[in-house]
Amino acid sequence: MFKYFEPSKIFSITSRAPKYVLLLFIIILSIGLTEALILSPEDYKQSHSVRIMYVHVPAAWISLGIFSLITFLSLIGYIFKIRNFFLISKSLAPSGLVFNIVALVTGSIWGKPTWGTWWAWDARITSMLILVLFYVMYLVSWRIYENNDKAFRVTTIITILGIVNVPIIKYSVDWWNTLHQPASINILSKSSIHISMLYPLLIMTAAFALFSLLIFLMKYNTELIKIKNKGLDRL
Amino acid sequence: MINDIFLMNGYGIYVWSAFLFTLLSFVTLYVIIKIQYVKEKKKFITKFGTLNSERAAFAKSHAINKEILSNTSRI
Repeated sequence: MFKYFEPSKIFSITSRAPKYVLLLFIIILSIGLTEALILSPEDYKQSHSVRIMYVHVPAAWISLGIFSLITFLSLIGYIFKIRNFFLISKSLAPSGLVFNIVALVTGSIWGKPTWGTWWAWDARITSMLILVLFYVMYLVSWRIYENNDKAFRVTTIITILGIVNVPIIKYSVDWWNTLHQPASINILSKSSIHISMLYPLLIMTAAFALFSLLIFLMKYNTELIKIKNKGLDRL
Repeated sequence: MINDIFLMNGYGIYVWSAFLFTLLSFVTLYVIIKIQYVKEKKKFITKFGTLNSERAAFAKSHAINKEILSNTSRI
């Protein structure tokens, strides 16, 4: 079983997987877009502008999920000195940042017809903007320090500081009076969203998750080859 | 019907621009990551080509190097 964790085995799998993930992503995205833009009903209050939810909400969920995962992997990697966890974290970050930006921009576009403004310094929006800064700091740190122990230390500290912001984002709508409505989807209790809107939302979330997996695999392969390039220099 | 899909009671401009921005971001990220991958791979192949036969044989003894060289056409 452990032979599957050898770098050559990992690369063998991660270099073959992207084309299948890309195909699956295109199929799921096509279904999701049809559902989100054509088949799902309009909202009684927000009319068709509610369709922006199908890109805004999955993007926000995935950017938060990726940052939490990066923090977890960095922390475990730092404590147990597992370099591969840092490589995985580093490869996850670009898609996390892009999803965070997508959530902010689509939220801003949604804000104009709904609240009458493109931007407000509301608790949820501001905390999401702070998360973008943490993503940028994380990625810039890798650029500055490259793959060495200092990079592992600095990026772990950034993720630990940044993770404090994640529960603030999640509960900001409950803790403060914000323009955002409280969560419509709850895992532990009954969701207030109608099933006809929940399905497209879940399909789009699956499509976005597949896209982040695709980017992760490609980035991870690039990082592995980068390490091997340095190995050839030392020969 | 087609008009309804595009105009969406006057909300079309907001809805379509949000979706287009998302898709454009995806394409841009995909292209950037793909370029980085191809660049690193080309660098690896060039470096490998400059090794003498003894060093090349040693490098090839590492399974991952062989794996990288064997799938030059993949993503």
